[in-house]
Amino acid sequence: MVQSIKDRVAIVGMGCSKFGERWDIGTEDLLVESCYEAFEDAGIESKDIQAAWFGTQNQMSGQVLAHAIKTEFIPISRLENFCATGTDAMMNACHAVAAGIYDLVLVAGVEKLKDSGVGYLTGGGGQPSSQTGAPVPPPAQFALAANRYFHDFGLSYEEGKKLLAMIDVKNHHNGALNPKAHFQREITLEQAINAPMMAFPLGLYDCCGVSDGSAAAIITTPELAKNFKDDYILVKGFGFAVAGRQGMLRDYYDFVHFDEVLYASKMAYEAAGIKNPREEVSMAEVHDCFSITELIVYEDMGWSKKGHAKEDIESGFFELTGGLPVNPDGGLKCFGHPIGASGVRMIYEMYLQLRGKAGARQIKDPKIGLTHNLGGTPGSFTCAVSVWGARD
Amino acid sequence: MESIKDKVAIIGMGCSKFGERWDSDAQDLLVEACYEAFEDAGIESKDIQAAWFGTTGLATGQPLAHAIKTEYIPITRVENACATATDAMMNACHAVAAKVYDLVLVAGVEKLKDSGVGYLTGGGGQPSSQTGAPVPPPAQFALAANRYFHDYSLSYEEGKKILGMIDVKNHRNGALNPKAHFQREITLEQAINAPMMAFPLGLYDCCGVSDGSAAAIITRPELARNFRDDYILAKGFGLAVGGQQGMLRDYYDFTHFDETINAGRMAYEAAGIKNPRKEVSMAEVHDCFSITELIIYEDMQWSPRGRAKEDIESGFFTLEGGLPVNTDGGLKCFGHPIGASGIRMIYEMYLQLQGKAGPRQVKNPKFAVTHNLGGTPGSFTCAVSIWGCRD
Amino acid sequence: MAGIVSYGAWVPRFRLGKETAGWGMPIEKAVANYDEDSITMAVAAGMDCMTGFDRDAVDGLFFATTTSPYIEKQGAATVAAAVDLGKNIVTSDATNSLRASTLAMRSALDAIKAGSARQVMVTAADTRSGPPGSDLFQAAGDGAAALLFGDKGVIANVLGSHSISEEVIDLWRAEGDTQVRTWEDRFVYDTGYLKLLPEAVSGLMQKMKITPKDITKAAFYGPTARRHGEMARLLGLDPKTQVVNPLFDQMGNTGAAYALMLLIEALEEAKPGDKILLANYGDGADAFLLEVTSEITKLPPRRGLKGYLASKRILRNAGIAGTWKGARGGGLSGGPPSISARWRERDEIDRLHAGKCLSCGLIQFPQQRVCSRCHTKDQWETVRLSDKKGKIFTFSLDNVAGGIDIPLAITVINFDGGGRGIFMLTDREVEEVKCDAPIEMTFRKLRSSGGMHNYYWKPMPVRA
Repeated sequence: MVQSIKDRVAIVGMGCSKFGERWDIGTEDLLVESCYEAFEDAGIESKDIQAAWFGTQNQMSGQVLAHAIKTEFIPISRLENFCATGTDAMMNACHAVAAGIYDLVLVAGVEKLKDSGVGYLTGGGGQPSSQTGAPVPPPAQFALAANRYFHDFGLSYEEGKKLLAMIDVKNHHNGALNPKAHFQREITLEQAINAPMMAFPLGLYDCCGVSDGSAAAIITTPELAKNFKDDYILVKGFGFAVAGRQGMLRDYYDFVHFDEVLYASKMAYEAAGIKNPREEVSMAEVHDCFSITELIVYEDMGWSKKGHAKEDIESGFFELTGGLPVNPDGGLKCFGHPIGASGVRMIYEMYLQLRGKAGARQIKDPKIGLTHNLGGTPGSFTCAVSVWGARD
Repeated sequence: MESIKDKVAIIGMGCSKFGERWDSDAQDLLVEACYEAFEDAGIESKDIQAAWFGTTGLATGQPLAHAIKTEYIPITRVENACATATDAMMNACHAVAAKVYDLVLVAGVEKLKDSGVGYLTGGGGQPSSQTGAPVPPPAQFALAANRYFHDYSLSYEEGKKILGMIDVKNHRNGALNPKAHFQREITLEQAINAPMMAFPLGLYDCCGVSDGSAAAIITRPELARNFRDDYILAKGFGLAVGGQQGMLRDYYDFTHFDETINAGRMAYEAAGIKNPRKEVSMAEVHDCFSITELIIYEDMQWSPRGRAKEDIESGFFTLEGGLPVNTDGGLKCFGHPIGASGIRMIYEMYLQLQGKAGPRQVKNPKFAVTHNLGGTPGSFTCAVSIWGCRD
Repeated sequence: MAGIVSYGAWVPRFRLGKETAGWGMPIEKAVANYDEDSITMAVAAGMDCMTGFDRDAVDGLFFATTTSPYIEKQGAATVAAAVDLGKNIVTSDATNSLRASTLAMRSALDAIKAGSARQVMVTAADTRSGPPGSDLFQAAGDGAAALLFGDKGVIANVLGSHSISEEVIDLWRAEGDTQVRTWEDRFVYDTGYLKLLPEAVSGLMQKMKITPKDITKAAFYGPTARRHGEMARLLGLDPKTQVVNPLFDQMGNTGAAYALMLLIEALEEAKPGDKILLANYGDGADAFLLEVTSEITKLPPRRGLKGYLASKRILRNAGIAGTWKGARGGGLSGGPPSISARWRERDEIDRLHAGKCLSCGLIQFPQQRVCSRCHTKDQWETVRLSDKKGKIFTFSLDNVAGGIDIPLAITVINFDGGGRGIFMLTDREVEEVKCDAPIEMTFRKLRSSGGMHNYYWKPMPVRA
């Protein structure tokens, strides 16, 4: 019988770089920044790390991490899974710790996007190909979902834009309270609605930006965790679902839900023993690459009923002061999306929140924190979910 | 800390034909390898609970999901230069040892022949200043070869001869293997006089460019006997990742690879092996270039430092020798589809331990070692795995 | 009084010569390698000039050329960075005329006299060419000069100068032209060179109240050997004793750098008290009178014109030189680099700065955040590797890396004093590439892409 991962791994230290346009900082400097903060938080040195998991899209191999923090020939696995990269790295590291193979492990994610000379996420990469596929940049991918969602649920353009804008305003409000965020200023509903169009109906503020960043975590077994700190947090579950283009091959896929989110959340809730997500999840960091993505995730994660996210958005359910605050740190909207780092950055915010260290963004008495990452395009995603809780 | 020893079993494996597969893309190769593995294990794709996917050319786990049509199961994609496939196997084993999954697929693939280039280019990575010297793979290992000849006083002729003997050995083994890209023997003269790629490495000192895929089904030993009697067991892993120490430290000598030494030690310790030369029955090593295999003999503690020459000349590493290396023909005859190579090596060790290696069969094998090496002298990623029969 | 404090020169290693198939002439000409251009040669001359001198005292750098790699982007900024000068300096390009170098010299002297600079370096370099078969094509060579001007420790005072400007379009190039265009020979010389240069010299002599017999040595521009000889007579100088060898049979006419290189030749043979005439031509003419001081005997030894001229290899065939000229883009293919990444790494790329760990002393290139040996974080001292010699630790001669320099010599270099890097070896013959062979560093162009030129350092066999 399989065993759940619940309560078998603890995080005893974390670090997070300043996210933003870091012109004078390269990939390795970003890793030094986040990893050394994590070492300090855990009270350890780099030589204490027995193995590492490295999540990044752009760099090849674990050597980049070894070179940055000067580990001496320890095992470093490098993983890549689009936007789910960071969470995937955390998950694999947890397996190794739960299996008893290593006692003290580093998880690090990083992306240096601002050397590309381009101001927006291009997607792309991959092997030599026939190059006959349509170019569908990320805003366009999610516009496909937005246009169908408005259509299926009878939202006029104005109604739809307002809903999306409320999500943007919420996230900017949270980011303005966060010194590590790339963007730290509020916006108004009008600004969001009237912003220049990127891919109809998504405007500038509906899309997350391009930033550099890194985040890191030190993990160990719960038995050893109390040697490092009293307020460690525990993993409660992982969910991971990888598609194989089902939505593109099946002409009955509706573009207003993401199966991968349904599967991954189900896996994670089961592992964590969560039966009523809307009630039991205290807060979440979700993948708001675009505002429509966050909206659909509310429904697919089982927090709002399908087609009814509107009511919860309008009532403020997902705001910092609401029943299930989503993206309390400002989300991808304010941090941008350094691909390998995002998943770990989300866990960082849950780590702060569960330990009561989130300052002006602090949510009252959180019990369960959830992170969610989504990479790919509607019809074919990689989705990773992780669930965390305070120690008993 | 606990060892991985005897916590994971392989109950099925598959391997595609390696070569210039013009009419197959990466997904076709995965279907070929994975379905052979399913059949070997007696399962279907829907039985797989999670997968680990090793490849450098494709992004995410989605291409595997798309190829074999899994339904939203977890698939982690691993990339770690040439150590990719073994790293994927290692991570899959952790999950099984942690009992998070019961039945897991590990698959590796690389479709290299769409690049239009006949040799491994290395490269990739992010936007950069582009001021670094272009050091293609043959040049990287030529740096080691030239220094090795210099430090151990080998004349050009002496050096070329022992490198040539490694090439001849591997081609001879590959000629006995229907899955290999190259299945013909070569002579010592052909190897020594071949056109130069990067002095002193000639055409036959360098592995070729091929497409290929390989896959494994793994589970826990308690469950393994439900699938077959002759499953094999993981005995240890080693993964050592360099951070450019050799380039930053002007005292690195270019005639040994610290990463191999470290990964080998880690794996031997996990497996409880104290005298590698005696206890290792056979091995698949990363012969991207002949000089690489030579240095591995010393770094894996099979030949004493600087004296691989004697073992090469006495035939110690041939099929009939004391420690056969690259019994299936190695990278030399399979090429190096990066994400697949590590699993292809485990595939040969699996066949050998089961007594199913036909004309390549080694007698009474006990411990089988695989070794992968990615990067350049001074900074490698090295993965080692050790396997054995069930008791 | 303001004058010359130091000098440096650069002559490319490779020459067309008697043994070169397809050249057919018993004279030698200096040919820039495929990875050299006016900027790289100016850097080489500038490094030579700084031998034994303190970079902190240099307040300005001028770069003079008629063959700038860019139309809009300052070459002097690149040269100053590669020579590893400071940040609070004035950099300026002088271009569009053969006189660019001597006009820059005037500006440098004026700045020092006015007190707005302590020392200013003038670098000049050119890779000019005329139409195939023409006199200019036969006479043209590649090279560079660098002069450091100041008013302390002066080895040659500049006693005075005279300049004239004349609007005459005898020689010109427009955007996109690779070869110099001219009008009819007789016109070009009668109304241009042979008329205006003597006018400037005569104006100088009147000012300085001297006559030709007061000149110890004259260094002046000449487009070809024949015209140069004619000019000596016109100036009333004895070609055997009073004129420096114009080097048409060893180096060739190096364009904007030429007059300064001949001046350096004069300085290398000069004694204290010598009076040197310097004259240059192009859209007018400049003339200077210099007097050598006793400081010249104290100048720290450097390669100079003499050293680089003597260190040479004759090309096997003239076609190679043609290929190099055609590949003046650096010889490697590939797309443009990330400008932000290159900017961030500029100190290690342009200045070849390494770091020495203050805790354990290990020199590491590039400088790290965390020391590779003792793992101390952020405790570093900067070390410049560009002026260090070293040895080839190991190498590869590569036939698949691409580029035009085949086989591509890829070398791991251990620097004298510590530090290691991996680089492409240049200016090499295949037989010279061996473990432990001695090298020195040179600034070269790697590739041009997207209109941008990407420079970096390469080792080369030590130029004996």
